[in-house]
Amino acid sequence: MSLRAELKEFILRNFLLTRDGSVFGDSDSLTERGILDSTGALELVLHLEERYGIKVDDEELHPDNLDSIEKMAAFVERKRRLARQSAP
Amino acid sequence: MCGLAGALVLGEGVPFPDLTVMIGTLLHRGPDGTRYLRSAPCAMAHARLSIVDLETGGQPMANEDETIWTVLNGEIFNFVELRAELVARGHRFRSRSDTEVIVHAYEEYGDSFVERLNGQFAIALWDDRRKRLLLARDRAGIRPLFYARSAGCLLFASEMKAILAVAPETSALDERGLAQIFTFWGPVGERTVFNGVRSLPPGHLLLAEEGVQRLVQYWDWTFPEGSGRTDLPVADAAEELRALLSDAVRLQLRSDVPVGAYVSGGLDSAGIAGLVTKTSGRELRTFSITFDDSEFDESEYQQLVVRHLGLQHTAVHCRYRDIADIFPDLIWHTEAPVLRTAPAPLMLLSRHVRDSGYKVVLTGDGADEVFGGYDLFKEGKIRRFWARQPHSRRRPLLLSRLYPYLARSPVANRHFARAFFGQRLGELDNPFYAHLTRWAAVRGVARLLTPEFRASLDLSNVERELAATLPATFERYAPLARDQYIEVKTLLQGYLLSSQGDRVSMAHSVEARVPYLDHRVIELAGALSGRYKLRGLQEKVLLRKALAGLVPERIIARTKQPYRAPDSRSFFEAGKPLPYVAELVSASNLRRTGYFDPGAVGHLVEKCRTGRALGAADNMAFVGMISTLLLHEHFLAGGSRFRSRGRACH
Repeated sequence: MSLRAELKEFILRNFLLTRDGSVFGDSDSLTERGILDSTGALELVLHLEERYGIKVDDEELHPDNLDSIEKMAAFVERKRRLARQSAP
Repeated sequence: MCGLAGALVLGEGVPFPDLTVMIGTLLHRGPDGTRYLRSAPCAMAHARLSIVDLETGGQPMANEDETIWTVLNGEIFNFVELRAELVARGHRFRSRSDTEVIVHAYEEYGDSFVERLNGQFAIALWDDRRKRLLLARDRAGIRPLFYARSAGCLLFASEMKAILAVAPETSALDERGLAQIFTFWGPVGERTVFNGVRSLPPGHLLLAEEGVQRLVQYWDWTFPEGSGRTDLPVADAAEELRALLSDAVRLQLRSDVPVGAYVSGGLDSAGIAGLVTKTSGRELRTFSITFDDSEFDESEYQQLVVRHLGLQHTAVHCRYRDIADIFPDLIWHTEAPVLRTAPAPLMLLSRHVRDSGYKVVLTGDGADEVFGGYDLFKEGKIRRFWARQPHSRRRPLLLSRLYPYLARSPVANRHFARAFFGQRLGELDNPFYAHLTRWAAVRGVARLLTPEFRASLDLSNVERELAATLPATFERYAPLARDQYIEVKTLLQGYLLSSQGDRVSMAHSVEARVPYLDHRVIELAGALSGRYKLRGLQEKVLLRKALAGLVPERIIARTKQPYRAPDSRSFFEAGKPLPYVAELVSASNLRRTGYFDPGAVGHLVEKCRTGRALGAADNMAFVGMISTLLLHEHFLAGGSRFRSRGRACH
């Protein structure tokens, strides 16, 4: 399963309690759709840190990084790349 | 305080329903004796909780020639003054009861007698001369009264279960009522969750005469068009308010049994306790709830009030499991789904009050609606201010002042708070502007519904239905007044005074009295500009000023912390749902009942089970689902298999 598909599956299951992927598109704003708020962002970060082994800093907790599946996927890829680069 | 039930036969040869069955469902409201009147075509029953005139106050009660009969649930606080007035006009009384003033006042003043009553009441009155039934409900809606048409009768009762017991066909689910609860937390106006049962709205009469029924409004919350009074110096307004609150408390202390009070740790209940002890010089017995979880527990502030006022106080400690244990019985009493567990600890508290030998308590309810205490009013103010400069970076920073009491606040992250509270920012003409974000979160329960049931609830139409009931002058109210009016019509009348008020105190035969909802207090505050209520982001400015010197300074300065209780966490132990919860959410039960989608419920239960349901929307959805399934079991499936489990009520 692609990263985008995985992330979408998590958002659907965790916030919308469904598997119906037609509810929103990968570029849709999750805050504008009423899917993600501050508390939801905390749940999302917990999941990203556990599932992908990344560490999300407070200043990165921003809609620019997390407000759509596209942004989320790009953010996770970036964090993983940086982690690989800084690995000994 | 009591329970009442009755019937008006509308056709020839129609028998009365079984009144003993009807009143038999209400004995928790009135355990001190049951009496009946059958005077064709009207019959009434009364289950009494003796508070005033213990010896001769039995009901139904009549006028001198027994042509007018009444039963009362509640209290007429100004009965002493009314009685003197009526005696001076030649009426003869048989008792010292507040109920008796009703029949004489009706004789003297006709239907407008109700406008002379200061009280919290549900009344049924039979005028045998005119063959006319009058039902009346107090202005704020503190005491409940329901009615229904069935088998050639107009049935009425304090709780719907009395009607359902003799007219089971009225119990079909009212999807509009449920849709309102899944948005506003409570039904609005006449609506209930049962298709055949109507609630008499607060401040209304129902008149039934010659086969015709008429609903008449005699009072409503009113606010000025425009800004309201601004000319009164705050100190003068505070003095006037303090005098009025003192008088409201003086009247509400009238009782032939001892009166206690609730102390939550907040300003409102502390103010009532302060008014009782410092202005009347009485010793006061008080009660409170404490929790393990510091997010909900206010014992530090409760003890501060107790020490300052020298109260005789005890607290009930509420654990997570206590909430789950009493929850099935709670829904039997609320007769409606609830979205939060907050009523459950209050039901435990009323049991403690009763076990302590008390039947009457004063509470601080209503002050937030009357004086502008909720964070929701601040949220509306900030969003309106921000909407004037929607691109401002500084204005949304004010959102960080909201909801400081929440462990996981929607404003915890300013970037997401900005995105979340910025939704529908420009809809300034929307009558529900301040409520839009809250209602969107409540409607999160819709995620759990089956597609068919979701379609039949039509949640998208609920706001339009409410808009159609607003008064003609509503648009000209100031923004805060609009928000107050909506809050009163939805949360206060539909939920706080019923599921979290009357029902949980009366479950254990305890009468809760509400001085802040004395109509004179409501009218004084309603006429004033919003500046006396919400100044900047400081809430209840006038009330703080009026109560200064009566309660500890730290309580005066304390920011509002609404009373709340642990939600989904209460229903799980060691990572598993409690047995009755597992039974309710089982796929077979969900398929049998047809409301909730097993897949969606499975996702949410898993989230709650593992402690990852952090937000309000998930917790409301979970509690709303469990309570709807319990309502179905209690009233629609006709069973009692979930009642009185564990250490529930007695």
